[in-house]
Amino acid sequence: MKIKAIALNTFKEAIRDRILYLLFFFAAVSVIFSRVLAVLTVGDRVKIVKDVGLASISLFGVLMAVMIGTGLVYKEIDKKTIYTLISKPIRRFEFLLGKFFGLVLTLLIMTSLMSLIFLLTVFFHTFKIEAGLLLAVLFIFIELILITAVAILFSCFSTPILSSLFSLSFFLIGHFSWSLETLIQKTKSAPLKLFIQALYALLPDLENFNFKTEVVYGLTVLPKYYLFSALYGLAYTAFILTLAVLIFKRRDFV
Amino acid sequence: MAAVLKVENLHKSFKVGFIPKKREILKGISFSVEAGEIFGYLGPNGAGKTTTLKCTLGLIFPDQGQIEIFGHSHLSLEAKERIGYLPESPYFYEYLTGGEFLDFYARLFLLGKKEKEERIRSLLRLVGLERAARLQLRKFSRGMLQRIGLAQALINDPELVFLDEPLGGLDPLGRKELRDIIIRLKREGKTIFLCSHILQDIEMICDRVAILVGGRVISQGALEALVSEKILYTEVTLSGLSESDLEGLGEPVSSHGDRIMLKVFQEDNIERLVALVQDKKARIHSLVPRTETLEDIFVEMVRQG
Ligand SMILES: Nc1ncnc2c1ncn2[C@@H]1O[C@H](COP(=O)(O)OP(=O)(O)OP(=O)(O)O)[C@@H](O)[C@H]1O
Ligand SMILES: [Mg+2]
Repeated sequence: MKIKAIALNTFKEAIRDRILYLLFFFAAVSVIFSRVLAVLTVGDRVKIVKDVGLASISLFGVLMAVMIGTGLVYKEIDKKTIYTLISKPIRRFEFLLGKFFGLVLTLLIMTSLMSLIFLLTVFFHTFKIEAGLLLAVLFIFIELILITAVAILFSCFSTPILSSLFSLSFFLIGHFSWSLETLIQKTKSAPLKLFIQALYALLPDLENFNFKTEVVYGLTVLPKYYLFSALYGLAYTAFILTLAVLIFKRRDFV
Repeated sequence: MAAVLKVENLHKSFKVGFIPKKREILKGISFSVEAGEIFGYLGPNGAGKTTTLKCTLGLIFPDQGQIEIFGHSHLSLEAKERIGYLPESPYFYEYLTGGEFLDFYARLFLLGKKEKEERIRSLLRLVGLERAARLQLRKFSRGMLQRIGLAQALINDPELVFLDEPLGGLDPLGRKELRDIIIRLKREGKTIFLCSHILQDIEMICDRVAILVGGRVISQGALEALVSEKILYTEVTLSGLSESDLEGLGEPVSSHGDRIMLKVFQEDNIERLVALVQDKKARIHSLVPRTETLEDIFVEMVRQG
């Protein structure tokens, strides 16, 4: 209940933030622009519309999560609004979870709106409502949840600009870490192999959430892969939030 | 009477500078606040009043020392259910309206819908902000923020209220209103913990005070015990006499045209002065005995400390 109150307040804060609408505007423009792009290029036009659309939802979703998420906790401390909050009967982890769920709720609504525009754009191209595409969006959203947790973790101890840099690095590293897998196979020296394996286990692998190609090309994916990806996302999010709570619990608010 | 707040041997230091250096701000503070009293926590700027409060409310963690509120740990939810806190300069969510703001805090206490609306309405009336319920906090004036901050501190009908510089940013009328509210809270049986460096406003209403200088409580007790009723001197303003007439009677402070103001230190000098005035057909405009005030004690202590 208390977490819900903080989450709703966070939601109110986020939707009264202009940056959200700016990003949403660019996302919409980029989804619609994919049609122009499709006309200009040779190849499978429908696929280009779908590819660009999904990529835009992912990119602008991440930007929303990072730009709002990194400010959430920092602003409360910087503007000292946290003073009155902590003196109320709530625990510090409830505060953090409230912030997290508030932003997740905001992203849920934004992602839904972006998907709606996306589906409409595809519809005007193919005259079919391709609900299957939403499966890819679902996993984009799971990735956004994880990125939100990461942004909040960094904002517990550093400024929004630094936190944004860290969070975006997390995002980029997460999408290239799978290449370590190929590296492991090619490495001969055993200790080096072990080191890279450890690194790979530690780093996030955000390609786990990437079902764009499969969905766009209509490839079949075994359900267990979906299940694995979802569980991976939840576990990683829980891990990051736990870290954030541990750091936040000991902080002095000055 | 039972102590509602007990602070024992509180130490806190901050690390400052690029190469962190420890600076001790609180150097072993102990005091206790009894149920139903207005407790003044006084001291000059930078004495550590706000730091003590932040420790008490769990915003920062002391290096050493114990804090108990209603016999519970100060970090427990049981304690926090029963307290209210108005921070030094109120910082609030400026994107909320006055009504939404109070509603948000009411939710944190899990108040029922009807009780919540009732409480919000009566609090807005108490602090005189009925008309600002739909105004965003970013459009509030400094004094209005102070008022909504007080309303927020009272949202759970607390038994113990912490007020940090509650009179800051208020005009004279506002100060009087706030003082009346504090007295009213006391009458309702609440305990008030009042931090301030402004003394005139506070000393009239405090039951007991602790005086903090440089991170140490240098004096505490009932106000009457600290401030004596002794008359220090009498301030007399008169006209129709020349300064030479007044030689030996008092110490001239200022003169405007015919008017002279002087400090008279001995009682029999006053009688002689009054006789002189009658004799010379001069006039007395005012005659004010000055007793010792908290401010005098304060200035004296700060000078010694
Ligand atoms: N985060 C901090 N880091 C370093 N020093 C601090 C910090 N916060 C407070 N101080 C120092 O602690 C001392 C006490 O500060 P505090 O705010 O408690 O004073 P105060 O008694 O409330 O004063 P005022 O009447 O001005 O409100 C000051 O010298 C201040 O510089
Ligand atoms: Mg202060």
